[in-house]
Amino acid sequence: MSNIAPLSPLDITRAPEGGDVGPVQSGWRLALREFAANKLAVIGLAILAFFVLFCFAGPLVYHGNILNTDLASTNLPPGAGHPLGTTDVGFDELGLLMNGGQAALEVGFFAAVIGIVIGALWGAIAGLAGGILDSVLMRVVDVFLSIPFLFIVLIVAVKYGASVLGLSLIIGAFTWLVPARLVRGEVLTLRVRDFVSAARTAGSTRWRLIGRHLIPNALGVMIVNVTFNVADAILAVAALGFLGFGLHYPTQDWGDMLSNGTQYIQDGYWWLVYPVGACIVLVVMACNLVGDALRDSLDVRLRRR
Amino acid sequence: MTAYVIRRLGTSIVVVLGVSIFIYLLLHIVYPSPAIDVLGPHASPQAIASWNKQHGFDDPWIVQYLRYMNNLLHGNLGYSYKANQSVAALFAETWARSAYLSGISLLFAVVTALPLGIFQAVKRNTIGDTVVTSLAFVTYAMPVFLLGLILIQVFALSIPIFNYQASQFTSVFGVMGDWYSMTLPIGTLTLISVAGFSRYMRSSAIDALAQDYIKAARAKGLPERLVLGRHLVRNASLPMVTLIGLSIPLLLVGNLIVETLFNYRGLGLLFYNSLQNVDYNVLLAYTLFGAVLTVVGNLIADVALTVADPRIRLA
Repeated sequence: MSNIAPLSPLDITRAPEGGDVGPVQSGWRLALREFAANKLAVIGLAILAFFVLFCFAGPLVYHGNILNTDLASTNLPPGAGHPLGTTDVGFDELGLLMNGGQAALEVGFFAAVIGIVIGALWGAIAGLAGGILDSVLMRVVDVFLSIPFLFIVLIVAVKYGASVLGLSLIIGAFTWLVPARLVRGEVLTLRVRDFVSAARTAGSTRWRLIGRHLIPNALGVMIVNVTFNVADAILAVAALGFLGFGLHYPTQDWGDMLSNGTQYIQDGYWWLVYPVGACIVLVVMACNLVGDALRDSLDVRLRRR
Repeated sequence: MTAYVIRRLGTSIVVVLGVSIFIYLLLHIVYPSPAIDVLGPHASPQAIASWNKQHGFDDPWIVQYLRYMNNLLHGNLGYSYKANQSVAALFAETWARSAYLSGISLLFAVVTALPLGIFQAVKRNTIGDTVVTSLAFVTYAMPVFLLGLILIQVFALSIPIFNYQASQFTSVFGVMGDWYSMTLPIGTLTLISVAGFSRYMRSSAIDALAQDYIKAARAKGLPERLVLGRHLVRNASLPMVTLIGLSIPLLLVGNLIVETLFNYRGLGLLFYNSLQNVDYNVLLAYTLFGAVLTVVGNLIADVALTVADPRIRLA
């Protein structure tokens, strides 16, 4: 605006005070621009993209032995043929990392999706219904939030054995609570807005109201929550594996690998501990970075103008 | 105020009842009867059936639940068929050690996070703030056991100044004096909590710094030391009250993992061992105990915040 020439009062092409006039941008596009301007968020997204490629495309290119015990090559330090060394039964550590990462990412993703779907519906119904139903539904949320969920996950995993699907279901069953509260809060503020009243006056059914008007408007809150839930789920799976109740051969998980490496920490077999530890920390950190950035960019109040 | 506390107490009781029903039902579905564990894997179906009948395990679950709750209210937590002891006796042996580990870690976490958050808020967007924020962010993303392992590697193996195993003293006073063994487990649990607390503390201190009473205190010429000490600390530490109450689930899980990692004989290790040999009554009692503790923590946090902050005294 610094080089605007002095103009006659009648000139209506002049930009008004306060900034350039451009095409109106949608909220999503603004949010996307905001997100891309956040360096940490882009780094987080890059880390996540790397790990998805590493875990799912990596095994197509790199074939490490992760199935057959090979007693001739146990506990080898990183070197030719085994870029990250081998374990106590001769499995290739790099191959295990890829395989274990698949499980971690799958459980993280599925658990978060299950959690968000249940949570969004629960919260929307509670917020829209109000009254007694609302109180009952939210007390149920309080009950579930008070249960130390890792304990329950452990108890169930010990009995039925852990699998990717089982873990996703049970972690998902305990991560819909925070989304339910958030979505209910959003719905409570949205339902008195004019466009919802208009839709209701026009004869929308309750489900159409939830599906077409309330959920899409609460989507921002939900997306932010999904990223944090993915991080939590990955940490939970790692804890389960570390305690020895995680996934079973031939599926590996990162926590199990760490606990295995712990036995050899006094022998100095660092490659059994630190690479897998770094993987867990990086993925969880990336999720948190992306989540933080999404929250900043989707929250209109925090947006830089 | 009193009305609010009573209402809040009422909700908590309802939630505790709901929690007990849910946990009991879930464990009942997962482990319907301990008969096999008592009679051995080769017990005949008739023997199992008669044992179940004798001990009331063939009643409808709701009857069993009510009987369990009745026993619970009379201080009977059930019997551990694996340890051949009552669950109450097992808890009595171990609870003090766990309470010490959690309590002192929580205390250290609070006295670290408070000044740290205020330091970050006062020096915000400087190198010091960035370093602390980054460290907290990395620690926050770290599984508890990995942090413990790194501490063991650095402070017990590379530079052997501490023990890699927690104190094995039976008496809690022995444990308290044994800093050689207790520093690493306490340090692990403290660091994990600090990582969670400090970001809240930082933002709450930043909010408080922008308030008018801080400007007023500065404008009347109060030395910065007093502005921070008298006006900022008290207001910025309000959210801490809530955080401590809400950190109980995190502490319980941290306890479980730290005790397992450092072989510390507390409730967490008891739970872990009970998981391995499917000691149903211990699992049930400890999960219930954890849930009740969580509810009580929330309740205390809410009430304490209302007492501490006159602005939110509702009723």
